[in-house]
Amino acid sequence: MTTITIDPVDDQRTETHQVPVSRVVRVELRKMFDTRSGFWLMASIVISALLTMVATVAFAPDAQLTYYNFAKAIGFPMTVVLPMIAILSITGEWSQRTGLTTFTLVPHRNRIVYAKTISSVAVAVASMLFAFVVGAIGNLIGATVAGTELVWDLSLAEAGNIVLGSLLCLLTGTMLGMLIRSSAGALVAYFVYSLLLPTVFGFLAASQGWFRDLQPWVDLNHAEGALFSGTLTGEQWANVAVTTAVWLVLPAVAGLRMVMRSEVK
Amino acid sequence: MITIDSLSKRYGANTVVDNITFTAHAGRVTGFLGPNGAGKSTSMRMMVGLTSPTSGTTTIRGRRFADLPSPGLEVGVMLDASAQHAGRTGREILTIAQWTMGLPGRRVTEMLDLVSLSESEANRRVGNYSLGMRQRLGLATALIGDPAVLILDEPANGLDPAGIRWMRDLLRGHADRGGTVLLSSHLLSEIEIIADDIVMIGNGRIVSQGSKAELLQAAGTVVRAADLFALKRALDNAGLRSTVSDDGALRTDADLTLVGRIALDARVALTELRTVDGGLEEMFLELTADTQREGKAA
Repeated sequence: MTTITIDPVDDQRTETHQVPVSRVVRVELRKMFDTRSGFWLMASIVISALLTMVATVAFAPDAQLTYYNFAKAIGFPMTVVLPMIAILSITGEWSQRTGLTTFTLVPHRNRIVYAKTISSVAVAVASMLFAFVVGAIGNLIGATVAGTELVWDLSLAEAGNIVLGSLLCLLTGTMLGMLIRSSAGALVAYFVYSLLLPTVFGFLAASQGWFRDLQPWVDLNHAEGALFSGTLTGEQWANVAVTTAVWLVLPAVAGLRMVMRSEVK
Repeated sequence: MITIDSLSKRYGANTVVDNITFTAHAGRVTGFLGPNGAGKSTSMRMMVGLTSPTSGTTTIRGRRFADLPSPGLEVGVMLDASAQHAGRTGREILTIAQWTMGLPGRRVTEMLDLVSLSESEANRRVGNYSLGMRQRLGLATALIGDPAVLILDEPANGLDPAGIRWMRDLLRGHADRGGTVLLSSHLLSEIEIIADDIVMIGNGRIVSQGSKAELLQAAGTVVRAADLFALKRALDNAGLRSTVSDDGALRTDADLTLVGRIALDARVALTELRTVDGGLEEMFLELTADTQREGKAA
């Protein structure tokens, strides 16, 4: 062969610094907003919060026009939308095949997953804060319209529980995204997780006596539900910890392994 | 410099890439040539860590791809120009790459200029792009970090003749400045024009590799003279087998230099002396005959 065996230009390497996670987080946040579907998904959080607020003012009985009820009502649609955001943020890399670029610019896929999780959580926390603000406005309007007394009955602990519950819903989306890595599949799985499983568990609990005492330890939605209805007892916290470990943490660890190993085509 | 050492990929019993070893050198354009399904794309995905090899290693400038701190600044990669979110604009896709690599914002405009995507095209969603425009955007994404090494899978796909020429000049310039270019193609003519070194792959195995000059020479020589008979006799005397083709030229397996020397010594005036037309193509078809879907080509 006539080719040279040593390539001198390779010695002129300029040292580059590793892409910091903070930068990847900024990029991943941007990617959540910069498509039409992403934009409307984000917009749907704002829209649904405002609609729920109006609906609560219009239709809730006067006695229920309290801040706690507003915050809870407005937070509910978010527990549906936020997991979708978390799912699509991850599965898009496979379904839209953007992973070909993403994972070659940052070859350590766990860093991408961490960045996506951090940006999803940031969006969720911002959304919940927004919900609390809209809830406060709704409470003021409700009290004025209905002529009832203003009731600010949401403690900091209760607010924290609602945020925690929403984050667990969101992270369920993250976990399913990693595990399934296909937008359609992961969305279907999420509805199985959040709608079908609770129904099955509810049916079991209603018909099988032995399951009734077991349900809080097995049913993630049941345990999470407590977070949306006030403060928790020690046992309820244990329920949340156990069900989260089994339904969220374990599959997430498996999902992360699959993300690391899977072939990106 | 890209070094591929005993690289293999098996899916169950199916071997897609079978123990390939080659080096793409700095300052040269290396063409990775093979029919569809030969294992080119799988090999390239293994080079950039998207697919993990069953065995073997690949390094880029002496390091594994995953060990490069900021790969975008060292290796420009374009594996599939269509692998983009259809809902993002061309400018947005470049901006994401620019952010990820921590580059100044002006690089986005510079790259759009370089690949001749207009302002209005850059602001359109990629879903509305033609394949040629996607290729240009893909090249822009690969080049934005000003990397020394380029790995491009079928970059000429979908480009018009002017676009192919433009890309050829771009890659040539990159290699001339000391960069490494590895590009794949199933189009022989493309590779023949642009590459300095050629690696031919069929059914996952390397069937031939070397500099283009070497591979072309191996294909033989076409020679013409006013006195064809005298020329044929001279070649015969030198122990070279030659055949007379329909159009009155002689064809021999010997290389150009030798044939020219023999003609000079025999004082035969030549009217033409060149390597066999489409020599690489014949070789390509021959070498990959048993691996091609169409079977042995005529």
